[in-house]
Amino acid sequence: MLTFIFILKNLSRHRLRNALTILGIAMSVLSFGLLRTTVDAWYAGVEASSSTRLVTRNAISLIFPLPIHYAEQIRGVEGVTTVCAGSWFGGVYIDEKNFFPNFAVDTRTYFDLYPELRLAENQKADFLHDRKGCVIGAKLAERFGWKVGDQVTLKGTIYPGNWDMTVRAIYHGRDTHVDETQLLFHWDYLNETLKKTSPSRADQTGFFIIGIDSGDHAAEISRAVDQRFANSLAETLTETEKAFQMSFISMSGAIVTAIQLVSSLVVLIILAVAANTMAMSARERMGEFAALKALGFGGGYLALLIMGESLAIAGIGSALGCALTFPAAAAFGSAVSQFFPIFQVSHTTVLLQGIAALAVGVAAGIAPALRASHVGIAQAMRRIG
Amino acid sequence: MNGPASPAIELRDVSKSYTRGQQTVAVLQGVSFRIEPGEFLALMGPSGSGKSTLLNLIAGIDRVDSGAILVGGTDITTLTEGELAYWRSRSVGFIFQFYNLIPVLNALENVELPLLLSPLSRRERREHARAALALVGLADRMDHRPGELSGGQQQRTAIARAIVTDPDILVADEPTGDLDRSSAKDILDLMAGLNESLGKTIVMVTHDPRAAERAHLVRSLEKGLLTNADLHLHS
Ligand SMILES: Nc1ncnc2c1ncn2[C@@H]1O[C@H](COP(=O)(O)OP(=O)(O)O)[C@@H](O)[C@H]1O
Ligand SMILES: [Mg+2]
Repeated sequence: MLTFIFILKNLSRHRLRNALTILGIAMSVLSFGLLRTTVDAWYAGVEASSSTRLVTRNAISLIFPLPIHYAEQIRGVEGVTTVCAGSWFGGVYIDEKNFFPNFAVDTRTYFDLYPELRLAENQKADFLHDRKGCVIGAKLAERFGWKVGDQVTLKGTIYPGNWDMTVRAIYHGRDTHVDETQLLFHWDYLNETLKKTSPSRADQTGFFIIGIDSGDHAAEISRAVDQRFANSLAETLTETEKAFQMSFISMSGAIVTAIQLVSSLVVLIILAVAANTMAMSARERMGEFAALKALGFGGGYLALLIMGESLAIAGIGSALGCALTFPAAAAFGSAVSQFFPIFQVSHTTVLLQGIAALAVGVAAGIAPALRASHVGIAQAMRRIG
Repeated sequence: MNGPASPAIELRDVSKSYTRGQQTVAVLQGVSFRIEPGEFLALMGPSGSGKSTLLNLIAGIDRVDSGAILVGGTDITTLTEGELAYWRSRSVGFIFQFYNLIPVLNALENVELPLLLSPLSRRERREHARAALALVGLADRMDHRPGELSGGQQQRTAIARAIVTDPDILVADEPTGDLDRSSAKDILDLMAGLNESLGKTIVMVTHDPRAAERAHLVRSLEKGLLTNADLHLHS
């Protein structure tokens, strides 16, 4: 108990220095947490993807379409339960900076494949009945203040023209991993319009989403689908939804690596700051440590005093940093919600923040603790006496 | 109290030198003497004559090069570091020139500190520490930090810390060296009282003749040797 009081009171010696060190640790724990959450957000789409969904696209590149009649043949592959055509629409709402993902999908099957998108039955029915209706995510609705019944006009970038739609339904995610910023509308609306305006682009789709009976069969089914279209005019590449999402993200993998590197550097920098603080504290107290040793305290006790202080500084800083991470992530997340629809501090991140701070506490204290525990009594006393 | 056949402290042919770079300085050269139980000894001598070195050897915070030091029958030069630390915690009370109190702890906590090494309970530790502070006349200053105490009061606190474990021997290196004359007198009164009423054996290094006067016996160190100019003052 007295030892505990002693350690805590030691913290009050250089209030400003210790407060600044604690603040530094808190800030670095905070940045570490935000950087990690950014990386998590980057991979959020992958996390949310299902292993019982495959994506078939043109083998050459995603920008080349596939004939819509492939759907029938894919449906014939053993293990396939559902097939859904989808196209990246790339529509812009008024201005490019209002970016949000929007897709034309086969609305007859899409919601069977994505049970994690939840919408009211009556809204869903209204949507299915309105050829020019659309479904939007709750976050998107909130962002632009859209309500059911509102008119939305998207400017086509891939498919020219102004596309008028009516919001018929708003979906909510089953859990926090679900992207609530998308807009979905009828693939038929897109296709029928194209038949009139540019018939050469009609009856084609960007990709097929395939529901399968079991994730264990993903590899065989993918191979079977691709074999059907081997040596055809448009060969296919089928992969799990996860792999499909990854192929987007890995393009920017270098950025993720850079972010991870920076977050490790932040920890190293704060280690240097904390180690300096502890070294200074220990050096100033060598005479005191010698006196304690003279009274009969062993080197281990002195090491305990220093390690305790170092861990206390790291612990307080870490607790402060972790506590700040949540409001900061909420604020940062809402500012970047168009790029990262899911920006959430994970348990793993908080755990890693704690571990990083603990490691800093131990590493910063260890050298001064060893020095103190080996202090020569007579020599150290001479220096002060 | 033991008879003269069993001294409290006995030094046998103790030598100690320090090496500084290439040079070896012989500080103590074959020093032998005995201190009887209940003695109050003052060690005098010019600066650099080895007084502190000798005191540190007796108190077990420095090591001899050769010779033996018997305290209460134990040759402390044969003890390991751990054994020596344990021995110090039970047998020696330290009084330093600059008090060496822990600045962030109050007087009571400072005095309680050495009892952490004893098997006493938390409550017993508190009681012992309070009693020791009362004995040195600081009952009303227990919750003051060293920085809030005068030099004399700090040295009293240090004395309370030295006696709280009830050691047989007190060692003091220039205990009045940093104090004004009146505070110094108070401290010397206190030490003399501890010697007389509690029978503590005291070894005190000083170069202040007024301090030495209060001891029963004065010995001088001159160039690493104890001179014969011993002065028996009281006993
Ligand atoms: N740790 C040490 N390293 C080197 N020299 C020392 C050390 N301790 C003491 N000395 C030397 O030993 C001599 C005696 O020192 P000390 O015992 O402190 O003398 P006093 O207390 O009588 O003034 C001095 O010359 C001092 O410089
Ligand atoms: Mg000295």
